[in-house]
Amino acid sequence: MSDDTILKIRNLKIDGKTGDEWLPILKGIDLDLKRGEVLGVIGESGAGKSTIGLAAMGYTRGGCRISGGTVDFEGTDLVAASETYRRKLRGKKIAYVAQSAAASFNPAHRLIDQYSEAPIQHGVMNTTEAESDATELYRRLQLPNPDEIGFRYPHQVSGGQLQRAMTAMAMSCRPDLIIFDEPTTALDVTTQIEVLAAIRDAVEQFGTAAIYITHDLAVVAQMADRIQVFKLGETIEEAETRKMLSAPEEDYTKSLWAVRSFKATAKPKPPADEVPIVELRNVDAAYGATPVLFDVNFKIHKGRTVAVVGESGSGKSTAARCITGLLPPTKGEILFNGEALPPGYRQRNKDQLRQAQMIYQMADTALNPKQRIEDIIGRPVGFYLGLSGKAQRERVRELLDLIEMEPDVYMHRFPGELSGGQKQRIGIARSLAAEPQFIICDEVTSALDQLVAEGILRLLDKLQIDLGLAYMFITHDLATVRAIADEVVVMQHGKVVEQGPKVEMFKPPHHPYTDLLLSSVPEMDPGWLTNLLGARERGEIVDAKAAGASDN
Amino acid sequence: MHPILKMALQRLALGVFTLFVVSIIIAGAVEFLPGDLAQEILGQAATPEAVAAFRAEVGLDKPPVERYFSWLGGVAQGDFGTSLATKRSISELISARLGNTLFLAGFAAVIAVPLAVTLGMLAALYRNSWFDRLINVSTLSSISFPEFFVAYVLILFLSVGYGFDARWVLAVLGLFLLVEGFGAVREGMKIGRFSMFGSVFGLLGLALVVNAVFGWWSYQVGAVQAFPSISNISPDASFSERIYRSFLPALTLTLVVTAHMMRMTRASIINLMASPYIEMARLKGMPPGRIIVKHALPNALAPIINVIAINLAYLITGVVVVEVVFVYPGLGQLLVDSVSKRDITVVQGCCLIFAATYILLNLTADILAIATNPRLLHPK
Amino acid sequence: MTDATNDPTALSADAQAPRVEQESRWTTIRRAFRTAPLTAWFGMIVIFLYIVTAIFAPLLAPFGEKEIVGDAFDVPGSEYLLGTDQLGRDMLSRMIYAARNTVGIALLTTILSFLLGSFLGMLAAVLGGWTDNILSRVVDVLMSIPQLIFALLLLTILGANVVNMILVIALLDSTRVYRLMRAVGMNIVVMDYVEAAKLRGEGLWWLIRKEILPNAMAPLIAEFGLRFCFVFLTIAALSFLGLGIQPPTADWGTMVRDNAQLITFGEIIPLYPAGAIALLTVAVNFVVDWMLHRSSGLKE
Repeated sequence: MSDDTILKIRNLKIDGKTGDEWLPILKGIDLDLKRGEVLGVIGESGAGKSTIGLAAMGYTRGGCRISGGTVDFEGTDLVAASETYRRKLRGKKIAYVAQSAAASFNPAHRLIDQYSEAPIQHGVMNTTEAESDATELYRRLQLPNPDEIGFRYPHQVSGGQLQRAMTAMAMSCRPDLIIFDEPTTALDVTTQIEVLAAIRDAVEQFGTAAIYITHDLAVVAQMADRIQVFKLGETIEEAETRKMLSAPEEDYTKSLWAVRSFKATAKPKPPADEVPIVELRNVDAAYGATPVLFDVNFKIHKGRTVAVVGESGSGKSTAARCITGLLPPTKGEILFNGEALPPGYRQRNKDQLRQAQMIYQMADTALNPKQRIEDIIGRPVGFYLGLSGKAQRERVRELLDLIEMEPDVYMHRFPGELSGGQKQRIGIARSLAAEPQFIICDEVTSALDQLVAEGILRLLDKLQIDLGLAYMFITHDLATVRAIADEVVVMQHGKVVEQGPKVEMFKPPHHPYTDLLLSSVPEMDPGWLTNLLGARERGEIVDAKAAGASDN
Repeated sequence: MHPILKMALQRLALGVFTLFVVSIIIAGAVEFLPGDLAQEILGQAATPEAVAAFRAEVGLDKPPVERYFSWLGGVAQGDFGTSLATKRSISELISARLGNTLFLAGFAAVIAVPLAVTLGMLAALYRNSWFDRLINVSTLSSISFPEFFVAYVLILFLSVGYGFDARWVLAVLGLFLLVEGFGAVREGMKIGRFSMFGSVFGLLGLALVVNAVFGWWSYQVGAVQAFPSISNISPDASFSERIYRSFLPALTLTLVVTAHMMRMTRASIINLMASPYIEMARLKGMPPGRIIVKHALPNALAPIINVIAINLAYLITGVVVVEVVFVYPGLGQLLVDSVSKRDITVVQGCCLIFAATYILLNLTADILAIATNPRLLHPK
Repeated sequence: MTDATNDPTALSADAQAPRVEQESRWTTIRRAFRTAPLTAWFGMIVIFLYIVTAIFAPLLAPFGEKEIVGDAFDVPGSEYLLGTDQLGRDMLSRMIYAARNTVGIALLTTILSFLLGSFLGMLAAVLGGWTDNILSRVVDVLMSIPQLIFALLLLTILGANVVNMILVIALLDSTRVYRLMRAVGMNIVVMDYVEAAKLRGEGLWWLIRKEILPNAMAPLIAEFGLRFCFVFLTIAALSFLGLGIQPPTADWGTMVRDNAQLITFGEIIPLYPAGAIALLTVAVNFVVDWMLHRSSGLKE
């Protein structure tokens, strides 16, 4: 290794305590980082990404221990070094940017004081210098009102801005290395762009080395010079970004890359006079006195998938609550096969309830942890179709076959004994058990790792073709929309801003907000962010302010 | 209006309203009795004349609303009416005793609050150390003890004691247990296990040694008893005399309340130290002391204040039993006496005072918690 | 269309399922016991001994509960192991019978308080709206008076006897159970599986019995232990003050009161019943502490 290696991790092993036993989280990791280089660390949940990020600072969370290996930072092994030595490095030489800025800022202090803390305590600057430096960095990171924003408290600043303020804070001592731990995961796509651009510029300007941890391939493609792929505490593969994207070697990596290739079967357009299964007509809704939906109209036809797209707070889930009757609309009506449904679910009869089913985002909370799979699926079978005893069990077995899970293995298990993807399949089986015509899928894949999500999408597509189901697919993820939708409804601030068949939606011209949304979805091309920012600068594509979606 | 002021005023209004409702309950509880209170209290053998006289005396012959407002009017002016049993003015009965009770509770609080908060924070900061586990076991035990158990153990050790010779024998035994017990705990810690029996023996030993030291001290000052087991305080007693005489009841209350307060302080600090912003401070390389003072403490104020208020309110309940054990002339003793005599007017007066103190403490905690919340201090 | 099961990548990704160890409940429980700390073992053994004593009191006690066998305040000896009380009844026999009386009455009171509190708390959580508002305000007011003080007030009016004491304490203590049940219930009611059941058209009874209660059991059982301790101590305090369990029924609180003056002569007799109370509450608390620690996901 040449002299410009700043971080050299060798055979690092970290264990985590589960109950009374220590289980390995990292199983002997090697990692190298040169001065000024950005390394992308990518992997699914449980890969040990955050653990390695913290370990690079010589830090382990409570309940974890380093059981072997070295973390060599600028020639000193941090595992063997004293806590005092490590403390002097942290914040000064190595800094950290956490996933949730809102939780990681101390609510009791102003942003600028938290910024100045590290430089002052490490003796790099005095108070005046630190404060003027803060303003300077806030400006570079394109925070609005850089002279003033530092004097606010964390809860007075929006999420995207906080994330940039935290990046500024990490840079306050001009460290040699910054660890970014999923810094944009909690943000909406349109906000994410700004934060990504700010982080990249800052890292480039100061020539800081960085470890960028994420589960999002497209994001890491924009940020990293080199990518290291992790799985269950082990390195799978490591290469330059472009090489890794174009020619991955390992099967696991290839499978990660392949996710985006799935496309659902295209379906013919319904005849113009066909009565839609579900139709929303001029629907308004409110939570208490706060209106959240304004004159929402859309139709869902038999055998087709309508994707409802929007960022958090756009009203897409509220629209679903109106259809299910959990939130009776204040105005307008919901038609089912051309007949108006009673507004509240309590007034609907068993058949009306049976026809519209729902699959939830969090499979963990969607299944009762104290019921066995056969009871979870068996209940709607018994409740709606009146089957009991042997007939009910037979039907449950059929349903499990349908969702490609072995009945004999899974019938008697509890949800806690299944993986995330399997739980989501059980959720699907439960909704199928009612033999509905229409299913609402509320962000069904967003809590899952990409490969698992892919399997769920394939399954839903197959079921749709076999059973002629209509789907309302609520999502914020345009990649999912591309994969599965027949029609797209774009929502913003409780209104439908644009709707139409998918083929048309992904071709310009667009409503400015659709444009922003579409252009903000990161792509695998490493040059994408640069090109996009350039195009926005030149006014070829709308930016956030023009679309009224700014986080500021 | 500043949101803090607004919220504080809202809480204050709510507190006053609660007090009003509580006064209605205390005054109106009599109405809920199925049957006639006068007959019930005087017994089946009472003559109709006696019953009628009793009714007139308590005011049962007047309509409830009128009775309530005249009572409330009196209370507002410091007049709680007259005792049914002794015919004396309740205000007189209460005033001297209220002072004694407040003195006792204050005495206990002055020792307990700083002690509990400090030890609770130490236990949280040195979590899972032998010190923390020792504190966990001993506080868990002492919150499980009835107040009178603690009181009698203290009397036995600090007041009457055993004979002089026996005490020295016990002290040697205590020293042995102390060394062996804590030695076992230390050894256990090295291999990551906690020796409960070690700690129990150690504590027992410690108690015996302390007992012997007190015995020696009381022998030196020539007292037969180290501390009096009966805290009869005369109104004209000097301050030091009061401290001396109320030492055992105050110590009992302190022990009971400290355990509660320590556990709650520990829990809220641990909760706080798990926040991402504390981890962030660590990752910024801040020294542990600064993390506690600058990052944890400003956010810990509200929960700690809450813990203190809850436990001071708890003192009120504890005071009743402790006063009876030590025959301490306070409000609790008066209340218990009056309950057994079914002296309803006195009971009402005492209950109102206890309830008002309790509500006031909770209200103070609420308002202080609001005033120390940074999110409310600096609204959007 | 490729079938997901034929797609090796989909399977490999899903293979990070929790390592399912198909084990029976008994295995789980046995393992829990094996890893229980010493304090929990101590607690369980003590509770077991108390239960045995309470059930077999007549067989264990050398004399009858209310039987006067000798002189008052006889010293402990071979005949009367713990001596006799102020009326000349055998202390040991009364201690043993009191296990049955005191623990039994406390248990009954706790059960009453639990039935009332958890039923209303559940109702408030599931129905919400007005039901919740009214119930919660009533509970707020009841809780704004210190419990022991309120109990004393009510006992003055109703008259101090065992039945009134059980009812009064059960009522006042149920406010705490209500608060817990409501909070736990509220957390469960917002779960998607409850929403799914509601949307399926399930009735109130099903929601409570099948969806909410099974998931609320763990905190409720721990709370039962804590409430029992609290009720037990309150009853002991009231009996000690002479307002609870009445003579000649053998009861630890009353026994402390009756023999209290002995302490000033350096006799530790009053500490036996007081210690019996303390030991049981310590034991229950140790066990509850362990259970809470386990259900909090074995953190730390």
